[in-house]
Amino acid sequence: MKFKFFVLSILFTLLYSCGENTPPVDLSPETKILYLGNGTEPKDLDPHTVTGVPESKILMALIEGLVIRHPEGLDPLPGMAKRWDISSDGKEYIFYLRDASWSNGDPVTANDFVYAWNRMLMPSLGSQYPDMLYDVLNAEEFNKGKITDFSLVGVKALDPKTLKVNLKNPAPYFVELLAHYTTRPVHQPTIEKFGEIDTLGNQWTRPGNFVGNGPFTLEEWKLNQVIKVKKNPTYWDADRVQLNEIHFLPIDNVSREDFMFRAGQIHVTSSIPTEKIEVYKEQYPDNISISPYYGTYYYRINLNKEPLNNKLIRKALSLSIDRELITEKVAKGGQIPAFSFTPPDPNGYFPPTKLEYNPSKAQELLKEAGYSKADSLTFELLYNTSEGHQKIAEAMQQMWKEALGVNIVLTNTDWKVYLSRENTGDFEISRAGWIGDYQDPKTFLDMMVSGRGNNKTGWSNLEYDRLLAKAAESTSQEERYGYLYEAEKILIDELPIIPIYTYTRIYMKHETVKGWEPNLLDSHAYQYISIE
Amino acid sequence: MLSLILRRIGIAIPVLLTVVTLTFLMVHSAPGGPFDEEKAVSPEVLIKLNEKYNLDQPLSAQYLDYLSGILVGDFGPSFRYPGRSVTELISIGLPVTFELALYSILFALAVGLLAGILGALKPNTPLDYIPMSTAMIGICIPSIILGPSLILIFGIWLEWVPVSGWGYMPGDKLLPTLTLGTAYAAYCARLTRGGMLEILNQDFIRTARAKGLSETRVVVVHALRGGLTPVIAFLGPAMAGLLAGSFVVETIFGIPGLGRFYVEAAFNRDYTMILGSSIFFSFLIIFFNLISDLIAAALNPKLRD
Repeated sequence: MKFKFFVLSILFTLLYSCGENTPPVDLSPETKILYLGNGTEPKDLDPHTVTGVPESKILMALIEGLVIRHPEGLDPLPGMAKRWDISSDGKEYIFYLRDASWSNGDPVTANDFVYAWNRMLMPSLGSQYPDMLYDVLNAEEFNKGKITDFSLVGVKALDPKTLKVNLKNPAPYFVELLAHYTTRPVHQPTIEKFGEIDTLGNQWTRPGNFVGNGPFTLEEWKLNQVIKVKKNPTYWDADRVQLNEIHFLPIDNVSREDFMFRAGQIHVTSSIPTEKIEVYKEQYPDNISISPYYGTYYYRINLNKEPLNNKLIRKALSLSIDRELITEKVAKGGQIPAFSFTPPDPNGYFPPTKLEYNPSKAQELLKEAGYSKADSLTFELLYNTSEGHQKIAEAMQQMWKEALGVNIVLTNTDWKVYLSRENTGDFEISRAGWIGDYQDPKTFLDMMVSGRGNNKTGWSNLEYDRLLAKAAESTSQEERYGYLYEAEKILIDELPIIPIYTYTRIYMKHETVKGWEPNLLDSHAYQYISIE
Repeated sequence: MLSLILRRIGIAIPVLLTVVTLTFLMVHSAPGGPFDEEKAVSPEVLIKLNEKYNLDQPLSAQYLDYLSGILVGDFGPSFRYPGRSVTELISIGLPVTFELALYSILFALAVGLLAGILGALKPNTPLDYIPMSTAMIGICIPSIILGPSLILIFGIWLEWVPVSGWGYMPGDKLLPTLTLGTAYAAYCARLTRGGMLEILNQDFIRTARAKGLSETRVVVVHALRGGLTPVIAFLGPAMAGLLAGSFVVETIFGIPGLGRFYVEAAFNRDYTMILGSSIFFSFLIIFFNLISDLIAAALNPKLRD
């Protein structure tokens, strides 16, 4: 009998927690809780030290910058700044702050921004995103330790509610850039309660310590499980906020996320298993969302390797890629073939689109370079382990073999090995991707300037550098776009990088979620979202 | 008994030291470092980060520094999570992994003992064949297949239980326990059956029956004690295996346990976290093997020194 009791007690323990199972998503129209699949576990929640997409989604709920992004068009809307004036030369900005408060009741002041930017640019903090503020006068010099007096940097609090920013060059995208999390304010007394201005891993980001000024406050952070944020009643626009809570669930496994969506545990996923895209288009046409993303999938060529330093070879490689075939038959997620490096954007920049698919021309160029199909050139193609990259790499391998007789050795490595080999120039051709931080061709073209950290190809072109410098100094958008266009023409003629396609964002969204509009940066201000 | 414990501790120390040294060498020789990022880190920042985490020192100095740290229980800061120490991460992950292992072993014992005893009492009948063939299948199906299948059936088609989480929603602990426990239940059933069959054929059992003891008393009081020796010997390695091997189940079900931290640390080159968890897992394996040896010795006088 003891034995029976033992068995029963164990079964009881197991079943104990198994109450009536109503999926949280079904309850959400009442609870007003939004459940989001949020990729990998965030490293931290400090806007000045993090770099990832999952972190940016959470920070969007917790801290608000001078401006926020319009939920559809992404144009800057007043955030902490209720309005702003721009001088006629485009180099001086005056921001007039609204009466808003931190979650502990302190008012948000212009000085909070000065402090935040000072912190962000402190060389000793080791921020990985300081270049977001490099348009500000002397910001780069301060960040690189060339000057140590922060008062020389172009940001000043004229009074508690007025912030003056001086730029080193006119930057028409500057206001839009201010929606990015790296430029957002932090609460100085809280930072200093838990460390110094430059303490990395400052404990202020823990629940209970966190002080923010966004539409939500940090409620709970269970590592590898959930981050819960709750509506902030002191938020300046609290009346607009419809959600009571948002639960950000770290889900780094795409099949698990798919299961969770189907079981009603999350409203929005961060991706879809590639093999299910076609099925879901049929089965759940109202739930699947496929929309262009402001990013380019491309291949980097290492110009320090022979014979890839020969422009003709690079051109031949590009000419033998059938980009439409890749997007339609291989990637299959609605991607758009890329004929330029910068993706199409709504702000009126139209990149030159000279890239074409022409295998016979490719063969001519190969011949001109002094090689023939029979020479069977061999290159290594490096990519990080992923089914998607693998399929594209295999398609490329086949196309290059057929058109040019080029042999491609596929090397698939773990993420950190891939990064380390790319960063140290230990590759011939490698797969790469870049997502713009704000909608301006500069976020793409700047990267290829000689010696930039993300160039990684060894390519250097003085005319290109000169055109980008000219663009930075231009006062009119039209003139600026003109220089950028010319620069991009050089880039896609020289081809240190071979663009393949423009990314799309593909995810599942529950039909009860309203106000979640697809947009180029996949940026969704939570105050505009409701569950009905 | 005491000498057994002392002897084991004597062996444990060099084993742990070897684990630390080998792991240290391996993580540092693996290509790619903790600060390799997609968005290139500027050289100035990289120098700062290396300084902050002591990576600018020669490897031998880092090793000695690490060893002297663990002697005082300091496993260093995590590289992946700024502001969190390895000790903090282990203390977050361990209780979860431990709870999962405990439920799984309880499930394994409950199901395994019942099936094993039934099989031994009615050998070569359907009561024996059916549970034992099921056990064979249970041993053969890896959790990477079993987990998603259970999710699909009970989570998505029947909608009885949540498909992911641990203590986040009611009922979410059920499927992971079943997934992780099934193979162990199957082993347990086979070991119990074997052990019990051997004992049930012995003279003292016949004597007990002849004296007119009830069948329940014969089985529970007399036969189980000896019949369970193989199961008990199996429990220690099983517990260690459950703790160290739960990462697959933790990944399938999104459980915030130590196994997931461990695997994630390896992908992120979180040197200190890889080292800390390796030491910890080695310690657990040694510890649970010792415990099961002690229990076996207590139950079976033949095993005592």
